[in-house]
Amino acid sequence: MLSARSLRVWAWLHKWSSIVSTVFMLLLCITGLPLIFHHEIGHWLGTEVEAPAMRADAPRISLDEVMKVAKQRFPSKGGMFVSQEPDDDKVWFVTMSDTPTSESDLKQVAVDARSGAALAEPKLDRGLMFVIYTLHVELFAGLAGKLFLGFMGLLMLVAIVSGVVLYAPFMRKLRFGEVRREKSTRIKWLDLHNLLGIVTLTWAFVVGATGMINTWADLVIKYWQSDQMAEMVAPYKGLPPLKQLGSLEKAVAAARAQEPHMKIGFIAFPGTVFSSEHHYGVFMRGNEPLTARLFKPVLVDAQTGEVTASRSPPWYLSALLLSQPLHFGDYAGAPMQWLWALLDVVTIIVLGSGLYLWLAKKAPARRPGPVPGAAAVAEHEGSR
Amino acid sequence: MKSVPPVVAMWGWPIALAVLSAVGLVGALVGDGAWDWLGWIGLGVPSVAAVWFGLRGRSARR
Repeated sequence: MLSARSLRVWAWLHKWSSIVSTVFMLLLCITGLPLIFHHEIGHWLGTEVEAPAMRADAPRISLDEVMKVAKQRFPSKGGMFVSQEPDDDKVWFVTMSDTPTSESDLKQVAVDARSGAALAEPKLDRGLMFVIYTLHVELFAGLAGKLFLGFMGLLMLVAIVSGVVLYAPFMRKLRFGEVRREKSTRIKWLDLHNLLGIVTLTWAFVVGATGMINTWADLVIKYWQSDQMAEMVAPYKGLPPLKQLGSLEKAVAAARAQEPHMKIGFIAFPGTVFSSEHHYGVFMRGNEPLTARLFKPVLVDAQTGEVTASRSPPWYLSALLLSQPLHFGDYAGAPMQWLWALLDVVTIIVLGSGLYLWLAKKAPARRPGPVPGAAAVAEHEGSR
Repeated sequence: MKSVPPVVAMWGWPIALAVLSAVGLVGALVGDGAWDWLGWIGLGVPSVAAVWFGLRGRSARR
């Protein structure tokens, strides 16, 4: 049982962590909603790349051919990444850039893996979904925006935990799920806030926590580079840069031979953050929902096409990779997407009602009473 | 309701729904098929609870 003093502390924590983070959490919930369905929206907008139907066993062209097609589109740029969607090996997405570490002016060409036709040039830096995505991830403020949103996420976790602690004093005389609609509007929304908050507790906490972890992605990858990647490419240290890249097809074939039961997730060209100056980084994924997320890097000498190193992701990279599906809800098919959307809307209601309860408490009675949480408890006790 | 201890009365359903959600979230990551169903049920029950209790008695008094 909570003492009056500790109750006040929890109420204070709940109030301030919520006040600071609610506006940002509302933004994240609202922008997150369309992102759950980004493939479907892309299909609907006509921006989703879809390969024409062909026999399933139609032969695939070599990746060197794929690169040639992409290069024709952007002769002044070089290869940066080549990737495939997890469930579609009919299309290669080739990302081209001025230098391997460029962050702007990236171009992408979608190449049919069977015919070599350039299917589309997906826009990486404009369009409605790009704006929604960038707002959601970084508020158009780069790494600083990400880390800021991560901190807001941490505040939301504090609000959730303190909210759970406050659930007990509010619910002492109510049955689970009871909403006192016949009393004032404020009481009704108080009960709804408590009900919806406690019901969505686990989901909101997991999505909030994994979202926060995702904001550290850039830092985690940088650390992985300086840690594991540096060890794997140590023998190449100090060698002169490559003049001419060797065959990509040969490199990928070598990676496939190394991990015959895995699929290609993406390939990083030499000099990018996911490779070294002398290697293609071939990132392989498994076939189960879990292993499909845990990319395994296979480093291939970009000149000889021989595998030089490969190791499973360390714990911190695994944690980052596994926090992605738990944040996106992009596993277990369409029903999961709809559940994600519904729970997202319920969370919006929890946030909005929390904001309302704070404002409604403040507006009519301008007396400097105790903090809202404790005041509401007293009010509740008195109403019985 | 009289025979249920107060702690169970207050925390029984919240804990059950929290555990169910957690099992669903993690379970669906493990595999396909039955594991997917685990995810749908695990998150579906709390979702239904939110909609049911949230809308119940909205127009008419119980």
